[in-house]
Amino acid sequence: MSKGAITQPSLFAAWRAMIVRDLTLAMRRRADVLTTLFFFIIVVSLFPLGVSPEMAVLREIAPGVIWVAALLASMLSLGRLFSDDYQDGTLEQMLLLPQPLSVLVLAKVLAHWLVSGVPLVLLSPLLGMQLGLDGDAIILMMLTLLLGTPVLSLIGSVGAALTLGVRGGGVLVSLLVLPLYIPVLIFGTGAVDAATSGMEFEGHLSLLGAFFVLAALLTPLATAAALRISVE
Amino acid sequence: MAFKNSIAWYYFSSPKNFYPMAGRLIPWFWALSITLLVVGLYMGFFVAPTDYKQGESYRIIFIHVPAAWMSMLIYLVMAGYAIIGLAWKLRMAEMMASALAPTGAMFTFLALWTGAFWGKPTWGTYWVWDARLTSELILLFLYIGYISLQSAIDDPRRAARASALLAIVGVINLPVIYWSVTWWNTLHQGASVSPGMEPKMASDMLTAMMVMTFAFWTYTIAVVLMRVRRTVLERENQTSWVKALVGAPKEKSSEGEKQ
Repeated sequence: MSKGAITQPSLFAAWRAMIVRDLTLAMRRRADVLTTLFFFIIVVSLFPLGVSPEMAVLREIAPGVIWVAALLASMLSLGRLFSDDYQDGTLEQMLLLPQPLSVLVLAKVLAHWLVSGVPLVLLSPLLGMQLGLDGDAIILMMLTLLLGTPVLSLIGSVGAALTLGVRGGGVLVSLLVLPLYIPVLIFGTGAVDAATSGMEFEGHLSLLGAFFVLAALLTPLATAAALRISVE
Repeated sequence: MAFKNSIAWYYFSSPKNFYPMAGRLIPWFWALSITLLVVGLYMGFFVAPTDYKQGESYRIIFIHVPAAWMSMLIYLVMAGYAIIGLAWKLRMAEMMASALAPTGAMFTFLALWTGAFWGKPTWGTYWVWDARLTSELILLFLYIGYISLQSAIDDPRRAARASALLAIVGVINLPVIYWSVTWWNTLHQGASVSPGMEPKMASDMLTAMMVMTFAFWTYTIAVVLMRVRRTVLERENQTSWVKALVGAPKEKSSEGEKQ
């Protein structure tokens, strides 16, 4: 410290600063967040119109519909994750920081999930009721979404980083990311299906938790590498 | 010994040395592939006995199963080259990875297509959400994602590295996807017939299948080497050896007139 011309913030301070910054930016552009949410609601509302208004049918497909809509909504919001920072040059400065990039990426993804994933979780009971799910199933679905949406954000961050500044990046990211979302979709809907048919569902939740832990460990590294490739 | 070996690898990891070697190998692999293909198809369609349950329609597995094997093998090899390319920044490995992708996608598609043709007489429908078919479909999506990412990025160097990273992410996810799809399948429907994989398969059938696999394998090598040679010329067109090879001054002026 005695040399002290430049003090380096600790890793945790940088991490927190990154989250606060991203949340502040998101709060200044609430419309973006709301667009994704309304997209989620609209997609789910299309199914009774397209399939059948019969509650028995809707109850059957409800977990799948809500999960697929959540998948699409979370994928649509990926564009915001890095592209603004990429365009105004902030991202380059982030790559130059002394803190490890993967840790900062984790902070950005967490902020992104708080803004785009948590609202989906909070809104899902309303849509669950619309589709005729009962109370227990709704709570379980919220739980699966709570465990699953962070995984979506984490996996999505790799796709978002790879497609930075690429022609047609928005559509391209869906090709890259949606196949990788499939396990989360299977176990997210599987838990609710199992519970409604009176089977064990703890295994599904444990697996979603395992996916979350693995994704939180591995994807920040991949995203950091992808950012370096994209910005280079 | 090991030292000598490593020298040879480094020698051929240079595009300049790889290009003529690939050119010499291609005819051999073509010849091998066509021979094996003829032998394999003959054995599959004329020598192998008729299946007592499925009749003649089972014979499509001589194309279906090797294609499905190749589709998975090629993804693994592609990811292997991707890792080598990213870790050691070897241009040749990057080019090999991207040259493998279209052939892999083709075999995946072929496996799906023949699977549908096999399914019609056996299951009564062209498509069933069977675990194998579904995971093969997802594999096709992964290939398509890889190819589209690569073609969307203009800078070849960045395109190669970005898609290499995607291939690595994909290959880590592949077992998870395969396993969850299998699990999902057992939950939603009973065990389905799996294509001709009875434990005591007639030895003629197995031989024909192995011959076809090697035919596809050598075909893949031949096609990939041809594709990689073209990529080498494109990406190394600034180097003196490529200019000397294609007779640069003349080519360049005609290129200039075209543009």
